[in-house]
Amino acid sequence: MEPILKVENLTKRYAKRNSARTPQEFLALDSVSFAVSAGATLAIVGESGSGKSTLASCIACLEPPTAGNFWFEGRNLAQSAESELRKIRPQIQLIFPDSASALSPRWSILDIAVEPLVLQGKLGRKERNARTFFLLERVGLAADMAERPAAELSGGQRQRLAIARALTLDPKILILDEALSALDCSVQAQIANVLLELQASRGMTFLFITHDLTMAAHLADEIAVMSRGRIVEQGPSTKIVRNPDHDATRQLLAAVPRLPRSPWPAAQP
Amino acid sequence: MASVLEIQNLQVSYFSREVRSRPVLSGVSFDLMPGEILGVLGESGSGKSTLAASVLRLLPPNGQVGGGAVLFEGKNLLQVSSEELRQIRGNRIALIFQEPSLALHPTIRVGEQVRRVLAAHQSSGKNDLDHRTREVFNRLFAQEADRILRSYPHQLSGGQRQRVLIAQAIACNPALVIADEPTAALDPVTQMEILRVFRDLREHLGLAMIFITHNPALLAGIADRILILYAGQVVEWGPAETALRSPKHPYTKALFESIPAGTGETEKSRKTSLPVIPGNSSPSSLPRKGCSFEPRCPVRMDVCREFEPPLVKLGQSHIVSCFKYKE
Repeated sequence: MEPILKVENLTKRYAKRNSARTPQEFLALDSVSFAVSAGATLAIVGESGSGKSTLASCIACLEPPTAGNFWFEGRNLAQSAESELRKIRPQIQLIFPDSASALSPRWSILDIAVEPLVLQGKLGRKERNARTFFLLERVGLAADMAERPAAELSGGQRQRLAIARALTLDPKILILDEALSALDCSVQAQIANVLLELQASRGMTFLFITHDLTMAAHLADEIAVMSRGRIVEQGPSTKIVRNPDHDATRQLLAAVPRLPRSPWPAAQP
Repeated sequence: MASVLEIQNLQVSYFSREVRSRPVLSGVSFDLMPGEILGVLGESGSGKSTLAASVLRLLPPNGQVGGGAVLFEGKNLLQVSSEELRQIRGNRIALIFQEPSLALHPTIRVGEQVRRVLAAHQSSGKNDLDHRTREVFNRLFAQEADRILRSYPHQLSGGQRQRVLIAQAIACNPALVIADEPTAALDPVTQMEILRVFRDLREHLGLAMIFITHNPALLAGIADRILILYAGQVVEWGPAETALRSPKHPYTKALFESIPAGTGETEKSRKTSLPVIPGNSSPSSLPRKGCSFEPRCPVRMDVCREFEPPLVKLGQSHIVSCFKYKE
């Protein structure tokens, strides 16, 4: 199947700070290439600083890559003009790790979820609200909560709100950047189920960025392991967690905390 | 053997404008032996951070201890004078917080920040303080100690900053360290490294420790005993190995089942929906009487709606608060 997203040699360099005399650069992404087919989930795992979030913001068109190309539905976004990107961005939505600082605490839940539609200015007020209510319901936020301020929500509810907000524009790709990591296990399971349901019913494509290999193995079809800005290993998720080829993957796996019930004994720190 | 810390029937409430008083901890009791690591497991809102704060009387202004006792080295910390308490905080009992970047002063070298903790509690000379600071850094950073000592927090990685906080905590040779989600902000490799540090410290310094987390799997490699909190109450308390491998309380069981299988994941189990606990534990959805887990419990009975479950002793030191079990 034709991939919905194809990334080729994507490279991102940042100028290092505190180096005015001898300009230095930091290579955040080093020729990253991969492809995702529509309706599939690719998990991107790696230590902090391995380039996962930089990759997310490049693909969401929030930052231009330094070199390389990536195609969304056959269109090369690395070479597209800003006016074109504006049309693409609604279709590639990004959910940030810390929903508490990503959502205004004083806005009502409805206002937050409906804002992307208001900014797009396509639908009338009634249609906008109807669609938003439907999505809030879908992620498990009751309609009678819609007028309440976001400050009253728990961490799990805020993350659901962030997902509902990202879904209002009916994106084709949803990038989840550590979207579950800060939540309690029971809430992670609830939201993981919502994501699986959405994927099954809407054929949505997920980029699941995380350092939690356990959840990655559950949600993703494939896992790509990043280390120092490169993808060092990529393959079917069960293969990656059972027979890793690269040391970085093995190291990550060894560090996964496990309950003793798992078939492997708990890792000894 | 005498315990380091004994908490008896601790009751804590928070006051707010809408609700006059909301219980956050009710009837929490446990003890901690010297050199023991107790894992406190609870989800957000379970009262686990309140527990840490109330041991050292660091509750926010709207928090109030309604009863119970916190016995440490023979004294009830809820009743000692604030001068006495000052001698205990940071000196005999140290606290480690989860966000290392917020807990350190950004413009003071980290060596100095550890030295000040020592200076606050020990009236020794300058050379002595320097020597002791160096000693603590040597323990935590080995060959890198010199460089780290002179660094500012922003020059250090998350794991290094967390080690500095640990250095502050152990500087005065405390009897007890309370760590509230000390690895939550770290990636798994660094997290494992910090857990190893805690184990080393216990082995070499005989520290007793309360390790607070929301992640059950983290406790597998570190805790001796585990205390599970739900809605401010102890629902289960027992040896880590038993409690993690075969939990008894319906809440603990359901919680562990909601975690994906990890390396045990198969093509068949992958992308299937995970077992979830219906409902939530927000204060507004808790029942007024009976067992607080009753509305979400898969095995609830009529009696659970009416009465609070007793603490049932299963075997040597495994305690469960549930009507399903009999002694």
